[in-house]
Amino acid sequence: MAIHNILNTAGEWLRGEGPHHQIVVSSRVRLARNLKSFAFPGWAKKSERLQILECIKPRVEELPEMNDAFSVYSQDLSALEKQVLVERHLISREHAAKGVGSAVLMNRKQTLSIMVNEEDHLRMQAIRSGLQLKQTFKMIDKVDSELEQKLDFAFHPHLGYLTACPTNVGTGMRASAMVHLPALVLSEQINQVIQAVNKIGLAVRGLYGEGTEALGNLFQVSNQTTLGEKEEDIINRLNKVIEQIIEHEQNARQLLLQKKPTTLLDHVGRGYGILRYAHSMASKEALNHLSFMKLGIDLGFFPEEYRVPIDELFMETQPAHLQKGSQQKLAADERDSLRAEIIRVKLAAFPAPDMGKANEPGTSGQS
Amino acid sequence: MWQFAMICDVCKKNQATVFFTQIVGGKLQKVNLCEACSKENGVTDPFGFSLADKLLGLGAAQEIERGGGVQRCPVCGFSQADFKKTGRLGCAACYETFSEGLQSLLKGMHKGTAHVGKVPSRMQRSIEREQQLKDLHSNLRKAVAEEDYESAAQIRDQIRGLEVET
Repeated sequence: MAIHNILNTAGEWLRGEGPHHQIVVSSRVRLARNLKSFAFPGWAKKSERLQILECIKPRVEELPEMNDAFSVYSQDLSALEKQVLVERHLISREHAAKGVGSAVLMNRKQTLSIMVNEEDHLRMQAIRSGLQLKQTFKMIDKVDSELEQKLDFAFHPHLGYLTACPTNVGTGMRASAMVHLPALVLSEQINQVIQAVNKIGLAVRGLYGEGTEALGNLFQVSNQTTLGEKEEDIINRLNKVIEQIIEHEQNARQLLLQKKPTTLLDHVGRGYGILRYAHSMASKEALNHLSFMKLGIDLGFFPEEYRVPIDELFMETQPAHLQKGSQQKLAADERDSLRAEIIRVKLAAFPAPDMGKANEPGTSGQS
Repeated sequence: MWQFAMICDVCKKNQATVFFTQIVGGKLQKVNLCEACSKENGVTDPFGFSLADKLLGLGAAQEIERGGGVQRCPVCGFSQADFKKTGRLGCAACYETFSEGLQSLLKGMHKGTAHVGKVPSRMQRSIEREQQLKDLHSNLRKAVAEEDYESAAQIRDQIRGLEVET
């Protein structure tokens, strides 16, 4: 399969169909694995990295899951193509910086992606829409079980899977959910939630943002530790915490509707007005307004059928996605004007928010 | 006006403007970074693959240093200084080479010190066989002590059978 097929079709996980998809954008699980008798990628010489790559790549390609997969050496991807993959969470930023000696493979649905010679020899990830941590783990666990039949993984009887960084040793697993929490941010409860989650050994990161200030009110919640707990237990613990976060967000939404409707309506209304009529829009600003449009759909201010265009815009307005259609690299101001245009066109037929149609308490987010 | 300036923990040169605090397993970790180093270390990395890992790597380097003098991994030639610099190890054997310093580091970093999760199926067989052999040897000693030579002979054959597999 060719790169343009990947670039031109959004991954399955972006369709927003999974359970609790209103609040949980996606679930992601990655496993780190290394081959026994080679140095880790960061320490291996180029010739050794090439050896590792040729050892792993064919074995991954022959997996039934990777039938009709997209498989490419890192040096054969342009910087822009890599950036698109980063924006879709299919490769890491670290991997995007790699050249000769690294590769990436992904299935057609873009639910599985396997990086060769990132920080570890293998970084395998599954990503699904909505809250589906268990199913997502099962998916990647199956791939791992198949690969371990053919490859000798570095495994220590007491320390488990050995990884380049000691923070990943043991299960080598990082499970995470991307959550959209506009009401917790608006009602200034988000820091409390983050602190509570940190206390039980889970990490919260801003998603498209700097530091913890998440842009688009999107956050990533993940396990912090990998040693001393079973994969299933980590997943269950994370799952429970996410369910609680969903509940807090839903309560915060209802509370805003009842106690601070003006603040809420103002954010949605401004988002709508600016997105529909602006002619220059930075990526951060777009994400923040889109976040409130998404909230508006969740709350019933906009008809449900407008959910997909909004979700699509979250991705399409990202810098690399914006530029993949144009021939040459765009300057920042050209990007901002193109971004505003794409949004205006997409929202041209979008009806004004109907605040009277707010969902009855308890009906929002019950997907 | 006099101001108290924090210096970046990474470059030790610039003024720190990014303060990162994290609690892992009840242990508080604080890192102060300047703008440039925070970017380099992925504090502003929106994709989060590396954030905590990299920062933890900083503390990690200090811990491993306490482990002892100058040491190099006999397999890959990786040294403690390299670990201090990168926060990463050189190869799987490094976990044995630097096990002393790593132990306390892992203890502070994780929930436990022993892996309880998935085991590769091939390993599973060898780990199970090891346990079986252990049990059989202890049964054998017991049988011999009790002068039950008939059972002892049976157990001996079982042990031989298992050992042939290797």
